[in-house]
Amino acid sequence: MMQSKFWWRSLQDKVMVGLAAGATLMVLVPLVAIFGYLVYKGIGSLNWNFLTQIPKPVGETGGGMANAIVGSGMILLIASLIGVPMGIGTGIYLAEFGKKRFGYLIRFTADVLNGVPSIVIGIVAWSLVVVYQKHFSALAGGVALGIMMVPIISRSTEEMLLMVPQSLREAAWGLGIPQWRTTLSITLRTASSGVITAVMLSFARVAGETAPLLFTTLGNKFWNFNMNQETAALPLQIYVYAQSPYDDWHRQAWAGALILIILIVISMSLVRMAASRGVFKGGN
Amino acid sequence: MGVGIQVNQLNAWFGATHAVHDIQIDITANHATAIIGPSGCGKSTFVRCLNRMHETIPNARVEGTVKIGDTHVYGNGTSAVEIRRRVGMVFQKPNPFPTMSVYDNVAAGLKLNGYRSHRDLDEIVERSLRQAALWDEVKDLLKKKSGASLSGGQQQRLCIARALAVEPEVMLMDEPASALDPISTSKIEDLIFELKQNYTIVIVTHNMQQAARVAEFTAFFLSGKLVEFDKTEKIFTNPGDKRTEDYITGRFG
Repeated sequence: MMQSKFWWRSLQDKVMVGLAAGATLMVLVPLVAIFGYLVYKGIGSLNWNFLTQIPKPVGETGGGMANAIVGSGMILLIASLIGVPMGIGTGIYLAEFGKKRFGYLIRFTADVLNGVPSIVIGIVAWSLVVVYQKHFSALAGGVALGIMMVPIISRSTEEMLLMVPQSLREAAWGLGIPQWRTTLSITLRTASSGVITAVMLSFARVAGETAPLLFTTLGNKFWNFNMNQETAALPLQIYVYAQSPYDDWHRQAWAGALILIILIVISMSLVRMAASRGVFKGGN
Repeated sequence: MGVGIQVNQLNAWFGATHAVHDIQIDITANHATAIIGPSGCGKSTFVRCLNRMHETIPNARVEGTVKIGDTHVYGNGTSAVEIRRRVGMVFQKPNPFPTMSVYDNVAAGLKLNGYRSHRDLDEIVERSLRQAALWDEVKDLLKKKSGASLSGGQQQRLCIARALAVEPEVMLMDEPASALDPISTSKIEDLIFELKQNYTIVIVTHNMQQAARVAEFTAFFLSGKLVEFDKTEKIFTNPGDKRTEDYITGRFG
């Protein structure tokens, strides 16, 4: 009886493993294809000039996206300064205190905000910052992307904190450690790797956003280091170049997309490395 | 030094469920008092009322008075944090902080309360680990080994060391050995014997032999009520209540 069933079980096992492997492959193929195509199209135009020079006037070939790389960096820095503390703070509130009606309301709002098209967030930042300042700026773009980061980070932070066993909180309370200390040094620290992942996912997500930047940072053909001025950004530059009629600009758009992905991967790896060395675990 | 605990008319609820009824008990300083009773009789809830841990559960509620030494635990102006600093607690399942080394686990209660002197910390960590009979097993890897990488019995002794490091006056132990093997259990029992020289110990236990071995006094709880409280010897040899006798002779529970 056992013997006769064994071949059937073994077959089931193989089929299931095969299906799982197939699903993995189906996910990997588009990923590899996209990255491969980007490398294929972009690598040719990727050179030192591309990384160090600003765009040349129309008609001249050469030039680069250095100003857009720096601009994206500025905008993402502003976005992270807004989005990370607000997102983590909201997540902490939801997980540790938001059991009542108000918490439910915030949770619902965050989920809705998560689903709002990014261009709408851009309009919000435009009316909050651009209209008020009466000019476009990196700051406005940073605000738009920062707003987008908040719901992603806060909901994942909440999930991560809720996964920390209650017994650890009780252990800390039992030592007479106040609630705020317990939350920061025990609960958040225990969940830190998950929270860092959430932050990085949101960072990668907004780094490639174009729509919210269209009428906030506007774009710029020249260097700008002033966060109150119109600023170039990689996604914007790619958008403009890809729509242009010039072959040289098309090539540069591909290179820009490639460099955007490479920069995201590098910044993610840096954060991961820092996390594994315990940079975020100090200060107890 | 330990202090006594006086409990008067203590009632505790989870939402609408009345878990602990009108408890009145005087716990003697520098002795061990065992709380025994069948599952769900409210003994854990009772102990968690002594350091205001009960109120951390949503919709939980306490009424009545508890005095630790001269302090009214539920008095106006008494903070839960202050009470928990004076009343240590060891839980049923060992719960070391997984992100911290053995050293940091023991030092956590002091460090996270703002205590900074490193030389003192070293001394306190060593003393607490020695008191918890764990020092010899971990002294070489204090800062390298994570608290979570120890064995279950070692983890529980680590949790005891962690509780001792803040020098409480009372130590509450909620079935501290129920998840441990016999060797670890006997180590913890030896420890309780040592500790009660200097601390008031309240230990919840399912194991009646354990109560008989470590505690001078025993309280028998049933359905949220204190049925009998007396010298351990009296409870186990000549109980005054029929229900106590039924329980300790194994007729229910």
